[in-house]
Amino acid sequence: MHSLTFDIAHMLSGGLVLASFLMLYQDRLPSLINMLALQAAVLGLSVGWQAIAQDAPHLWITAALAIGFKAIAIPMALRRIIVKLDIHREIETVGGIGRTMLAGIALVALALQVVLPVTSASDALAREDIALALSVVLLGMLMMVTRRNAVSQIIGFMSLENGIILAATGARGMPLVVEISVAFSVLIAFIVVGIFLFRIRERFDTVDVTALDRLRGDGT
Amino acid sequence: MSALVFIAWSIAALTGIALLAAVAGRDIRASAPVYGACLAVSAAACIAALAALPAGPVALHLPLGLPGIGTDLRLDALSAAFLVIVDLGAAAASLYAIGYGAHEPAPGRVLPFYPAFLAAMNLVVIAGDAYSFLFGWEAMSLASWALVMAHHREEANARAGYIYLVMASFGTLALLLGFGLLAQGAGGFDFAAIAAAHPTAGTASVVLLLVLIGAGSKAGLAPLHVWLPLAHPAAPSHVSALMSGVMTKVAIYGFIRIAFDLLGPALWWWSMPVLVAGALTAALGVLHALMERDLKRLLAYSTIENIGIIFLALGLALAFRANAMPAAAALALTAALFHAFNHMLFKSVLFFGAGAVLGATGERDIERLGGLIHRMPVSSACFLLASVAIAALPPLNGFASEWLAFQAIFVSPALPQWGLKLLVPAAGTLLALAAALVAACFVRAFGILYLGRPRTAAAEGAHETDRFSLAAMIILSALCVAAGLFPGVVIDALAPAVRLLTGGAMPVQGRSAWHTITPMAGASGSYNGLMIGLFVALVTFGSAALIHALAGRRTRRSRPWDCGYPNPAATAQYTAASLSQPIRRVFAAIVLRSREVVDMPAPGTLRAASVTKTIHDPAWDAIFAPLTAAVGRVAGRLNQFQFLTIGQYLGLIFALLVLLLIVVGVMP
Repeated sequence: MHSLTFDIAHMLSGGLVLASFLMLYQDRLPSLINMLALQAAVLGLSVGWQAIAQDAPHLWITAALAIGFKAIAIPMALRRIIVKLDIHREIETVGGIGRTMLAGIALVALALQVVLPVTSASDALAREDIALALSVVLLGMLMMVTRRNAVSQIIGFMSLENGIILAATGARGMPLVVEISVAFSVLIAFIVVGIFLFRIRERFDTVDVTALDRLRGDGT
Repeated sequence: MSALVFIAWSIAALTGIALLAAVAGRDIRASAPVYGACLAVSAAACIAALAALPAGPVALHLPLGLPGIGTDLRLDALSAAFLVIVDLGAAAASLYAIGYGAHEPAPGRVLPFYPAFLAAMNLVVIAGDAYSFLFGWEAMSLASWALVMAHHREEANARAGYIYLVMASFGTLALLLGFGLLAQGAGGFDFAAIAAAHPTAGTASVVLLLVLIGAGSKAGLAPLHVWLPLAHPAAPSHVSALMSGVMTKVAIYGFIRIAFDLLGPALWWWSMPVLVAGALTAALGVLHALMERDLKRLLAYSTIENIGIIFLALGLALAFRANAMPAAAALALTAALFHAFNHMLFKSVLFFGAGAVLGATGERDIERLGGLIHRMPVSSACFLLASVAIAALPPLNGFASEWLAFQAIFVSPALPQWGLKLLVPAAGTLLALAAALVAACFVRAFGILYLGRPRTAAAEGAHETDRFSLAAMIILSALCVAAGLFPGVVIDALAPAVRLLTGGAMPVQGRSAWHTITPMAGASGSYNGLMIGLFVALVTFGSAALIHALAGRRTRRSRPWDCGYPNPAATAQYTAASLSQPIRRVFAAIVLRSREVVDMPAPGTLRAASVTKTIHDPAWDAIFAPLTAAVGRVAGRLNQFQFLTIGQYLGLIFALLVLLLIVVGVMP
């Protein structure tokens, strides 16, 4: 493997992590959705580059799925949702952006520390890919944990799923059916959660998930 | 067909009977055929096991069970010895149950589980790999649990069943961990592979302690005995006899199999926890038995005491074996196996007798019985014989095995370790104390139950039990006498098993004149059950004949001496509580924290005076009560986790994931 291939793959994976950090920083929903679209686009590029690097034409389909669904369709739908819910001008109260970013950096370090020693036998491309993919997954979870808005949590979930796709394509020989099924499951999750969002909104007049706890009637 | 194949088929047959009984068991008319079939299978299996005792080990691989692993069965001398105990006890209990089970109010809850219980116990004893051993063990626990819960509508039985289930699961967990450690070193669950791969001293020590906990909790070793006096009496009486007489022996088999066979060479200190637990169990069990007024619970506590004796002998055998003293180890192990066999015999008779009393009067409280010797002459004779045997009086079998145990204790000064030199005599003292208290306990049980005059109308209206029950009691009592008069026969029969585990054996007893038994070659002591039996018989019958000859044959009835207190009411008789009061005050005041509160009304008030006695089980107070309280507290704390917000749940999952990743990242 010549080093240019590696460098470009590395750069694109790093771009994914960077996009994750950008998402952590956003406190407005429209820009958050833009960042999700950006991340998905970078994912598409990364998967496309993997298709060239691994000489695996089926990855092109994955790349097309990533760009088509996740960079275009889902962000558009999300934008429509937030306009309909009339929350596109709200500023989300995210406690301590700086602390969240620091935690994110720590998580990336942890992911590298965990993955790199374990995978020392496999080739460098896959190693870096998986390490960065784990970082994206962890950052997506961090996003889900720190946000209180349901839409932000969905976006965190989507970003987490991007990390999974990155890991799946980085490893050689992952069959296409896995990627497609993951993509579709995310799509279905998106639809279900989208419906739920409207239902929550109808009932509670907010999409703050803390309102959901009232539903159980245990007085929180 | 080899004996092992035969036993395997009998397990299959018992399983088949269990399935048939599950279909037809609701009808009481199915009772006699089911028990009859169990009797036939068990008796045949017992004979096969007897025949297999002197034979070498045989193995059998069945393609049943886990795919790719199958089931290994193995029959060696140790398995055969315990198979005899299991199947003889099972056959007697089945014979008894042909009569006793006819009055079962809920046959559908007993009949399917009874054959399954027998099959599981057989499987444990012939298991040749850890998987089938644990499978049989757990099946045995579950089947006996179902039998304990047969009369589940009684509050006490439901509680007993719950505690039994918890303790049984705990014991199985300990065994599972032990086998896991063993299999890790051996690379497989096969007993042959485990025995061939000697674990390191550290692993073996941990396994030994785990097995002591796992098998000990099943056998009723203190302080894990708390379930036993609750669960054993809760079952129908023939099942109580099986649980006390046979299932505890299966647990002892498990301990011997692992500690003596699979673990390889012993370390000398392994014997210490076994000795201490055995001695404490013996003393604690009999003290409890002395305080108890529920007949079946009394017998269950007495089982605990006997388990203590057996474990004490096993501890001695471990100590001698670790110090390369095969003759002494063989003596101690023979004592343990012999006592296990004996305990099966007399404890079954005692539970059968308790069942007969329960069936005739509906009472288990000995304070409400009395005078039954006139109403139940045959079963009272059997109960008396078994009481004498369990009290270790010569010339019966209990004395023979306990005598062997004491002979082994007398060899202990030859042990090189000072710890054992000091510990063994102390344990022996406790054993001697326990032996004396057992005699007191059974004087009390028999005296209050059968002698004197009936204390209630229920006892007044008692009648002798049925033929089948009597036959089972008579057969086992006769075996008690036979094993007591000719202990050499049993010792010789056990010799192959003992040689297998200790490398030594007791001197062959069969050739000695007049059936004298000698514990070790060159030992000074010897015992002759036959001689003592003849002497006792001669003195008894001779003096009776002499008295009759000199004083005439006429039977004279007169009022007994009433200590100058002329109240003829039956309640004025000596009671069980008054018999045990001195012992309660001397021993139980400290060990069992026994207290008496006398409530004496002021002169002039018409209120009745009362005495309230309380006793506490130290194991319950020191271990189980704090443990349950701690579990309750932790559960109360964890309960909050049911009521978190979504964000907190996500955060928990995230935190756990990060924690695990940190662990993975930090560990090389």
